[in-house]
Amino acid sequence: MTEVLYLDGISVSFGGFKALNDLSLVVEPGEMRAIIGPNGAGKTTMMDVITGRTRPDKGTALFQGGHDLTRMDEAEIANLGIGRKFQKPTVFESHSVEDNLLLAQKAPRGPFATLIAKLSGAQQDAIDETLQTIALTGDRHRPAGDLSHGQKQWLEIGMLLMQQPDLLLVDEPVAGMTDAETEQTADLLRQISKTRSVVVVEHDMEFVRALGTKVSVLHEGSVLSEGPLDVVQNDAKVIEVYLGR
Amino acid sequence: MAKLTFTTQKTTWLFAAVLAAITIVVPILNLAVPETSALHVPTYILSLFGKYLAFALLALSVDLIWGYCGILSLGHGAFFALGGYAMGMYLMRQIGDRGVYGNPELPDFMVFLDWQELPWYWLGFDNFFFAMAMVMLVPGALAFIFGWFAFRSRVSGVYLSIITQAMTFALMLAFFRNDMGFGGNNGLTDFKEILGFDLRSQGTRAGLFVASGVALLAGFLICRAIVASKLGKILVGIRDAESRTRFLGYRVEHYKLFVFTLSAVMAGVAGALYVPQVGIINPGEFAPGNSIEIVIWVALGGRGTLIGAIMGAILVNLAKSYLTAAFPEVWLFALGGLFVAVTLLLPKGVVGAVGIWGNMGARAPGGKS
Amino acid sequence: MLRTILPLLTLLLACITLQPPATAQTTADQTGTELLDGLRAKSFKAKIAAVEKLAAGGDPKVAAPLTAMLEGRLHIRKSDRALVILEKRDGKKFFVDPISGETLGEAKSRSSNKVRVNNRLRGVLRSALGTLTLFSKDPDIRLKAARAIFKSADGNSLTILAKAYLDETDDDVREALARTVAATRLRHGSDDEKMAAVKILTDFSDQGVRDLLAKAALSAKGDLAKAISLAAASIDQRLAFFGVLQNLFQGISLGSVLLLAAIGLAITFGVMGVINMAHGEMVMLGAYTTHVVQVLVLQHFPDAVTHSLLLSIPVAFLVAGLFGVFLERSVIRFLYGRPLETLLATWGLSLMLQQFVRSIFGPTNREVIAPSWMSGSIEITGGLVLTNNRICIIIFAAAVFLTLTLLIRYTDFGLRMRAVTQNRSMANAVGIRSNWIDAMTFGLGSGVAGLAGVALSQIDNVSPNLGQGYIIDSFLVVVFGGVGNLWGTLVGALSLGVANKFLEPYTGAVLAKILILVLVILFIQKRPRGLFALKGRAVEN
Repeated sequence: MTEVLYLDGISVSFGGFKALNDLSLVVEPGEMRAIIGPNGAGKTTMMDVITGRTRPDKGTALFQGGHDLTRMDEAEIANLGIGRKFQKPTVFESHSVEDNLLLAQKAPRGPFATLIAKLSGAQQDAIDETLQTIALTGDRHRPAGDLSHGQKQWLEIGMLLMQQPDLLLVDEPVAGMTDAETEQTADLLRQISKTRSVVVVEHDMEFVRALGTKVSVLHEGSVLSEGPLDVVQNDAKVIEVYLGR
Repeated sequence: MAKLTFTTQKTTWLFAAVLAAITIVVPILNLAVPETSALHVPTYILSLFGKYLAFALLALSVDLIWGYCGILSLGHGAFFALGGYAMGMYLMRQIGDRGVYGNPELPDFMVFLDWQELPWYWLGFDNFFFAMAMVMLVPGALAFIFGWFAFRSRVSGVYLSIITQAMTFALMLAFFRNDMGFGGNNGLTDFKEILGFDLRSQGTRAGLFVASGVALLAGFLICRAIVASKLGKILVGIRDAESRTRFLGYRVEHYKLFVFTLSAVMAGVAGALYVPQVGIINPGEFAPGNSIEIVIWVALGGRGTLIGAIMGAILVNLAKSYLTAAFPEVWLFALGGLFVAVTLLLPKGVVGAVGIWGNMGARAPGGKS
Repeated sequence: MLRTILPLLTLLLACITLQPPATAQTTADQTGTELLDGLRAKSFKAKIAAVEKLAAGGDPKVAAPLTAMLEGRLHIRKSDRALVILEKRDGKKFFVDPISGETLGEAKSRSSNKVRVNNRLRGVLRSALGTLTLFSKDPDIRLKAARAIFKSADGNSLTILAKAYLDETDDDVREALARTVAATRLRHGSDDEKMAAVKILTDFSDQGVRDLLAKAALSAKGDLAKAISLAAASIDQRLAFFGVLQNLFQGISLGSVLLLAAIGLAITFGVMGVINMAHGEMVMLGAYTTHVVQVLVLQHFPDAVTHSLLLSIPVAFLVAGLFGVFLERSVIRFLYGRPLETLLATWGLSLMLQQFVRSIFGPTNREVIAPSWMSGSIEITGGLVLTNNRICIIIFAAAVFLTLTLLIRYTDFGLRMRAVTQNRSMANAVGIRSNWIDAMTFGLGSGVAGLAGVALSQIDNVSPNLGQGYIIDSFLVVVFGGVGNLWGTLVGALSLGVANKFLEPYTGAVLAKILILVLVILFIQKRPRGLFALKGRAVEN
């Protein structure tokens, strides 16, 4: 079985600054991986590379063994089955919650297809189901812009689910959430990871602990340490990076 | 597919019915009601409003891309003018040997420039249907090519606005040149008849009014169908969160290209309706200022509402007709003040402010660009 | 120039020795009007001979009567058959002595006959006067004379030209004389003289000489033809080179104008992200300020009017700058973060400003006098002429650019401005009043636009539409160069200006402009963020 995501020797520099420096990372099917690291470690840039927003200067990025991510654009990569949640929740604020899910739903993506698209019963059911999962059934007709910060985070995760991706990239999903919401989000992600691979970038250590997965620590654009959270936390290099030198 | 709310459906059909009624009733009031009657609509008023209807279609085309997809084109006057030129070329060919020089083949300005034969790009324009096809094809093709390059390389926001403005400016300079073969400075004028009907006759003018009304109604219903479809929701998605749309797997450039090209075709049709009613088309129509003015019609009426664009076009042009005649020196102050006042005080336009509006596919964009 | 002078000297010596002055009899001891006796002759032929003799004599005294003759004011008094000049003063006619200029009493009507001239004689007179002015005291007049007879001088003038050359002390005039002598030799000399003349003319590189050689080539044979074609080729080469230089100069000059118009925009658009469509009107305000300052100076200190332009510089900066601050505070600050709305609102402001100026000053062009130090031109060679006003604008643009760069780089205000640009909330947090910085930055951009107006008042019509002509170009320059980068604006302006001027000879001015627009549009497709784009994650979001 091939890896879902295979990154090898990825480097990206902006002007003189090396955002990613010979980064390598492998995610297996059905695996959940947490990525932690201080600000500027390259977490978001790594997501940018995987989703086609930034082209690496060198390195290999493969999806499910055969697809070269460095040669595709965002839409192509999304249609391959990689969903991404942004650090700042990004939903269609003037559309209703339901329409947000509708637009995310896996379906033909061309202009002419969408012009004549009709919603089937099965598709409506899928939307209803997801609404349930993200606990927004009662808000389905509200404009997404009116939701609370936490609800927007969830809606965005719901939109990712509607895409039915094989790999989810989730950037700081619990920023600005209450403890209860954080716990629910961890549950949600664990549930999702049963059927798909998930990469979570997060600062909140409690949340990462709650996820209970393998952790990769990024520092200055490359992987510093990898393993279960307890092991990583006791790694001398990691402690030095986090607690100062 | 999410259902449209009842009020939106109702407003759409109500408005369409009003448009249809105007299209039918005004010509009747002009042709069938005697001039002594208080209900009679004089022919010049009919033509004036026929012109406004053409402008309204133009405004609709701008609202479709700006209001729903966030593409602020400052060059839509160019598509309008190209459609107008295509129509003008047909009308020129209809003059035949009735021109000043009486040349059956060449328009007067070509005789004046001592040209011996019709340039190749004038061929076929004596055929009405060919000319009408060009009315849509030429603006559509230009928009497609321009949009292909621009959207593919993700030129957006003000950058797109600036290069569309540069495009219409370049076209204006080009059409001012005599050797372009479009009458240079003076443009195309002295039209005699369309499809064999005398352009100065009351009946033809009423016919053109009806054509403008029908075109506007068709444009409105097409736009309405688009913005209510899933495609329309994606357009709004692009307007509000372009990268989200992209990461959901939509090819944003294809959507933009589709709607931009369609919009240009609509603008071209508007231009073709405008020219026979005013009797002239010249390079001044390409002036960047004209294109910006269209945007303020839409902004005043309320962007992203379709009906607002139509009402804005008619309102501003009514005011323009009145002020430029009564207080010519005040007009630019009024128009300039309108730009400032609308952006500062009425970001949702009149329709948005009055709030008679239901949810037309999406909320009006409000303070967002 | 040594290469020119040596063969020329030999040529001149040849002139003097071979053709002893035929004018020995008309020397300085003849002071009276008898010098002019020949002009009384009946036949035109005799008169022509007399005029040519006078011209060859090179006595500047005869210039006055010859001028009078050309203008039909030389008369023969009936009473004594003396040559006199008829002059009108206060409605009365007087006879004047042609040599001394003494008034000889009032002239009654029909008391004299005009000395008649025909077209051929007029031509000879003009050429003769040209030769005579070669000896004027004013070197500028001598220079003009030397050039004026380049085409017309005949073989007889050679002696006098030689004399003038040897007497000449001014280098420029000597050079012009050498050119004229060689040209005359080429037309009228023997084959040897022609060869020598061609050698001299090779070193001149102007269209006049090139045309002369082309004409001479028609009748030339053998070695001479070869020499002429060689000379022509070498001149062509230099002319082409000067053509390139001239284009370059004009391109840089156009680029400077674009730079002046665009740099204020680069600040408001690039640094603040504000699309100011009224920027062109700030330029226009600057131009009108220049006009008003000039009118005021003319009223109160008429002597200082040449310096009014210098006074306009700070005044226009202040007027446009304060107006900019006013606009920012009253309209633009409410639209931050909404660039498309800003664009529309500022377009509205621009319409109102145009109409405002039109109501006050009227729709017609206003005149701004060019100060004396900006008129005229510097001629590097015949093929390369730099006009002073263009040079001044280039210098002015460079000075404005340098000042702005230094201001932003090194002053406290510049530091705060950059801080607000990069991170507004952080700047606020460290105690920078970002509102105030916004207003000042906008004022600065507008003030610089006012400065552009001062410069443009010298080369463009000061009318309410002045600004409209520059706004699209300015935006293209800023976008082309890369937003937020003053150096990008500099490179953008200069390259667009130069490209435009190099295209013009092939396409004509309008098509060149269209091509440039299309090229920039295509370029923006290729590099949406311009030549000098900022790179990085923050920019891409």
